[in-house]
Amino acid sequence: MSKGILHTESLSVGYTAKSSQKTVLSGLNLDLKKGELTCLLGPNGSGKSTLIRSIAGIQKPLSGQVDLLGKQLSEVSPKALAKQLSLVLTDRTAPGNLTVYGLVSLGRFPYTSWMGSLSAQDKSIVQWALESTGTLQFADRHIGELSDGERQKVMIARALAQETDLIILDEPTAHLDSPNRIEIFHLLRELVANGQRAILISTHDIETALANADKLWLVSDQTIHQGAPEDLVLNGELEKAFSKEGLSFNYSLGRFEKEKAREGAKILLQGDGQRFHWTKSALLRAGFQLVTTNEDFSVAVEETATKTPWLVQGEFQISSIEHLLIKLNQLNEDEME
Amino acid sequence: MNTPSTGLSIRAFVVLFIVVLGLFLLNLGLGSVTIPIDEVAKILLGQTVENEAWQNIILKIRLPRTITAVLVGAALSVGGLQMQTLFRNPLAGPSVLGITAGASLGVAAIMLAAGSATTAFAIRSLGIGSSWLIVLASSVGAFLVLLIILAISYRIRDNVVMLIVGIMVANITIAVVSIWQYFSDPEQIQEYILWTFGSLGGVTTHQLGVLGGIVGGGILATFLLSKTLNALLLGEDYAQSMGLNIRRSRMLIIFVTSVLAGAITGFCGPIGFVGIAVPHLTRSFLNTSDHRLLIPSCVLVGAILMLFCDIISQVPGSTTVLPVNAITAMIGSPIVIWIIVKRRNLKSSF
Repeated sequence: MSKGILHTESLSVGYTAKSSQKTVLSGLNLDLKKGELTCLLGPNGSGKSTLIRSIAGIQKPLSGQVDLLGKQLSEVSPKALAKQLSLVLTDRTAPGNLTVYGLVSLGRFPYTSWMGSLSAQDKSIVQWALESTGTLQFADRHIGELSDGERQKVMIARALAQETDLIILDEPTAHLDSPNRIEIFHLLRELVANGQRAILISTHDIETALANADKLWLVSDQTIHQGAPEDLVLNGELEKAFSKEGLSFNYSLGRFEKEKAREGAKILLQGDGQRFHWTKSALLRAGFQLVTTNEDFSVAVEETATKTPWLVQGEFQISSIEHLLIKLNQLNEDEME
Repeated sequence: MNTPSTGLSIRAFVVLFIVVLGLFLLNLGLGSVTIPIDEVAKILLGQTVENEAWQNIILKIRLPRTITAVLVGAALSVGGLQMQTLFRNPLAGPSVLGITAGASLGVAAIMLAAGSATTAFAIRSLGIGSSWLIVLASSVGAFLVLLIILAISYRIRDNVVMLIVGIMVANITIAVVSIWQYFSDPEQIQEYILWTFGSLGGVTTHQLGVLGGIVGGGILATFLLSKTLNALLLGEDYAQSMGLNIRRSRMLIIFVTSVLAGAITGFCGPIGFVGIAVPHLTRSFLNTSDHRLLIPSCVLVGAILMLFCDIISQVPGSTTVLPVNAITAMIGSPIVIWIIVKRRNLKSSF
């Protein structure tokens, strides 16, 4: 397996407080490979950061070992480690007076002389890191002037400039809105695509992880299940990991939902395509049950653009989902009386 | 960190240097007796002037004091810059975090251990051997306080809490000193209080050599730590992930800062606000976070501020001399308030 970068063998991580040890995660046998984007997925407070700090060599594991490129992590010198592994953290506090170029060139720290002057080669690598992350156009701006999304891209550029085989990101999208989050994941996908590096990213955002990860490290029951995201959905591990009283995983929509206390009217929904999908989502949210035979009501969805794409009970023509829900509730109430 | 504005920085350096030079000469010329600048220049260049008294005033009194002002400004500013970067706290500085209080305690402790009825003023007049002793004592005091602050900073990451802890540690050391004062004679107390006012004039020519060597060495050491300080800008986790030996770097920075702040406090008394204010003034002037530029410019801006404060404290044209510590506080405090008001988000004001 020449593509394998990192391997952990019965690893346990946690804290040593005074004389007692607090194990957060144990029995970890995990792998990272070049060309793969791995998502460390788990609820907040499940020990994702502790694992990341242990793999990055910031914190000592309680037991077991981490092998990085065939060498035990504890035996790699900090300087050598800095050329193999780089970090992007949640932390928003970057000095506002630093320019984007200055921050990205800090990534060359392990390679520069004692004064930190950049050689021609260093400069071309910084340039490449800025180009690959789409941050070149604001290289002269100060960090304080950037938006949260731009700043995280710059932090990723800094990690790239460190020229490592492995980049680890700890909740880099925690402060970002959805378009920025999607953009960051898209960028990370591009960065693993050429097979030159592995990326590990921790997140608590299930939908983004499912959509983007090649592999999931799923935190559950103080250990981690490793596998393709789809496999972990199908074998029920994902639902188990995030299970909470009253929440259930909707397998067809790929998201968690609150279980409905009251069983709504049974609806036969017919049609296909995008409009069908969103109609289904809306009906489920409103508490209706979807069935395959005509029991209470029927709704037919027309995919082609007409003014009234929804037909209820074969007679009412409806123009929007909002009106559809009003109509169904009305019919339901009439029925009850 | 090669920002495209290197040419701009060189111009800024030249401007700062000219201002330092101008204030230096002005400081020599102004005082209870006003001496024309061209006469000052002649005396400095070793030419004979008609008024021999002027020559004595310049060479024996004003020149040592003015050089001391430059050293104090440079050392405290560079020390403050290092602490702001290490603690990632824009309000860190020798006086705020209790480092000068620790240094005072060191000086006081030496006098107690010696068992003699002496004070800083008395020890200061003993000569070179004892000036090393003062530097050692005040640096050890500063170092101990910094270690306590550092140990607490591991548990608490909150900037404001850190400052409160610093103020409390300063209060404890001041309390210890005041207990010592309580059991001392009135004359000693008076001398100690004079010492706490801060004085640039008490450093003899011999001691100036010691102080100059220490400050020069400390600033050089800080400059050699530029790359380390730059890496620490992103916080210790990032710095470590870039291969920096955190423990060693932290100890080095604390050691250099303690020596710089300790030496100055030992010789000149606790001088406040220069250490916090100057790094901020320098950053907003140069608009950079690169320590390779910030350290030399902090030296220049610190010298400018201290020379300016010294000129004011001499109250030109009168025989009155105001305590220099009061002047630095009057000029430094508004700068600190301005920092807090201007940058509402303290964490990003580096």
